[in-house]
Amino acid sequence: MTLKTDHLAGGQFYIRVQDALANAPIRANFRKAMDGLMHKRATALEDTQERESLRELAANVRLRALARLPELLIQLEKKCQSQGIQVHWAQDAQQACEQVLAICQQRQARTVIKGKSMVSEEMELNHFLAEAGIEALESDLGEYIVQLAQETPSHIIMPAIHKNTQQISQLMHEKTGTQLSHDVAYLTECARQQLRERFQQADIGLSGVNFAVAETGTLCLVENEGNGRLTTSVPSCHIAVMGIEKVVEHLEDVTPLLSLLTRSATGQAITTYFNMISRPRQPDEKDGPEVVHLILVDNGRAHLYQDPELRDTLRCIRCGACMNHCPVYTRIGGHAYGTTYPGPIGKILMPHLTGFANNAALPSASTLCGACAEVCPVKIPIPDILVRLRREAVNGDQINPSVMAEKGFKRTWKEALAWQLWAYLAQRPRLYQIATKIARLGHYWMPQSLGAWTQVRTAPRPAAKSLSQLRRDAEKSL
Amino acid sequence: MHTSSSSKVAPLYTNAAPAQQASHRLKVYPPKPQKVYFFATCLVDLFYPDAGMAGIQLLEQQGIEVLYPQTQTCCGQPAYTSGYHDQARAVAQAQFDLFPEPWPIVLPSGSCAGMMRQHYPQLFANTPEQANAQAIANRVFELTDFLLHVCQLQLKDEGKPIKVALHTSCSARRELGIAHVGETLLDQLAQVERIEPKRTSECCGFGGTFAVRHPQISAAMVEDKTQALIDAAPHFVTTDCGCLMNIQGHAEKTRLKLQGEHLLSFLWRRTQNDA
Ligand code: SF4
Repeated sequence: MTLKTDHLAGGQFYIRVQDALANAPIRANFRKAMDGLMHKRATALEDTQERESLRELAANVRLRALARLPELLIQLEKKCQSQGIQVHWAQDAQQACEQVLAICQQRQARTVIKGKSMVSEEMELNHFLAEAGIEALESDLGEYIVQLAQETPSHIIMPAIHKNTQQISQLMHEKTGTQLSHDVAYLTECARQQLRERFQQADIGLSGVNFAVAETGTLCLVENEGNGRLTTSVPSCHIAVMGIEKVVEHLEDVTPLLSLLTRSATGQAITTYFNMISRPRQPDEKDGPEVVHLILVDNGRAHLYQDPELRDTLRCIRCGACMNHCPVYTRIGGHAYGTTYPGPIGKILMPHLTGFANNAALPSASTLCGACAEVCPVKIPIPDILVRLRREAVNGDQINPSVMAEKGFKRTWKEALAWQLWAYLAQRPRLYQIATKIARLGHYWMPQSLGAWTQVRTAPRPAAKSLSQLRRDAEKSL
Repeated sequence: MHTSSSSKVAPLYTNAAPAQQASHRLKVYPPKPQKVYFFATCLVDLFYPDAGMAGIQLLEQQGIEVLYPQTQTCCGQPAYTSGYHDQARAVAQAQFDLFPEPWPIVLPSGSCAGMMRQHYPQLFANTPEQANAQAIANRVFELTDFLLHVCQLQLKDEGKPIKVALHTSCSARRELGIAHVGETLLDQLAQVERIEPKRTSECCGFGGTFAVRHPQISAAMVEDKTQALIDAAPHFVTTDCGCLMNIQGHAEKTRLKLQGEHLLSFLWRRTQNDA
């Protein structure tokens, strides 16, 4: 569940982290999976020169698109409409859900089959439709497993990565009556059979969008299982939901993005399927939906877009590499974040989607090690954005005042005073030296406990003489 | 149902400034200078003065005069990463006057060098000090990087055979891009066998205030890092005091036989006759 109303999200984060860290299978599953994914990416992008020039290109494709985002969206809308796609604009998750529901009702639909879509997770669409009596069934294998377990995805590319084969086997046995088996091929085949029937019966197919090309009105969908193609071609109606940032200018802009997306995500040179959708079924065509809808979801993005620095967040192409390489994500797993998007991208994106205070602990939960930015295919400076969010959270800069709606929500007079005191000393070298001297002497009577630090470490021991003292001594003896 | 673009959604800002491309400024190594400014950093000053002395001695051995401004305090990084940029700026600016002549500024810390080199320009953007901050940033070098690339340091090993694992800080590795420096310097030492620990590029979990704000995650990380280093060798060296304090502190607390040392101390010690 996302934390829409939970103002104690900061506190909840710590509890979830504690649970995750104490959960040995979770830790083992993530460690193993992330090690594997890091290795695959490294192998797929071995040629560092090619990799770096591609990243530069991809970053520029995204920057160019974002610089013209408003125009491109209008262009996309016009082009899609001219090709027979119905375009809708949703300001927030609620409105997007209502638009999906309205289409369902219009078509008297009972079941919706879904390809993988993180935006639909963001909308909590399945829940919304269920309340309206409409069944939404996930067809991506990982999403299917997560749905069986009544969980949420723990990773944006591999939703069920927190489970190992044994756990999946057990789950499918309990929920669908399959044999207990560690044979991945058998389990996959079972799921495939179960899903095939559902495709035939579904009234509507709903998918996400990886890239939308403004110039040609093409919706691109990247997938491996063929479920995306079935979702968008078997039911008589296809609804595509996409975040408004997913648009690019030209068809050729897709090439570098796709090439980096698959290699960054899973180390694949290309996925098994790449779907390009530009119109409903034409009279001379044998398959495809009669009706295609595109829902453009804002949900906080347009607001985020207005800040030139924070806007970089919208470059993201959702490859998941930042979480695969994140030492924090690897330890705590995706669910501990309590957000739709976990990991580094989640930390910088969620405050704009579900509120800053609702995601209070996220910006500080990073060592700023930079592993995310190092691998990000579109070169989002994630650590810099995290620092920016920390500044926003404490309203810490008078020259560049904070701009976010909940700016300064984390500022406490105690912490502010402590930093002021520190700054006061650090601008007065004499006082500062006295203070460090006190710290040095103080260590003899200071308890060997410094709260959180000393739970797993010894307290640092100041040296008998500071370096500046040693230098003074040396200069005197000359 | 079929809504048009204009009715439902708030208008987007059509003339918002285009996003800026974060590009790394090119680092230019100067010719070997007569003098350098030595910025010790607060952790070296207070906890690891030996590392600072070793750095100074290595520089002096190169015939470089080391200017040590006695009124230096801190680069401002702790406040900066905590979001208190007014305070970070005030403290950073208090250091500007320490370096009046155009000599390079060297630091025995990747993390503080990263702060001054990569973040000062942006921290002082839109202030009267902008040009000054940029000029200072351009003169900042992490000390081992400076020794290797500016001084062309050649080390002669005087010590006994030893196995050593190197832990390069994330700021040295990713912010400054100098992960190869520690490796190259260690590999110059004939009797030192450098063993690469597992997942060598992974963060040790220090992260400044992160270690106390998120102690559980930090603990999980330092635990793994310490284990990886022990599995490699009983002795490890590192370029940054934060990592050293974190990893060594954990090894001591859990009574693991792992001995840590600042890379500069190690390099100096190995090249002395009585090593
Ligand atoms: S932020 Fe970068 S690395 Fe992370 S999911 Fe987005 S594109 Fe991939």
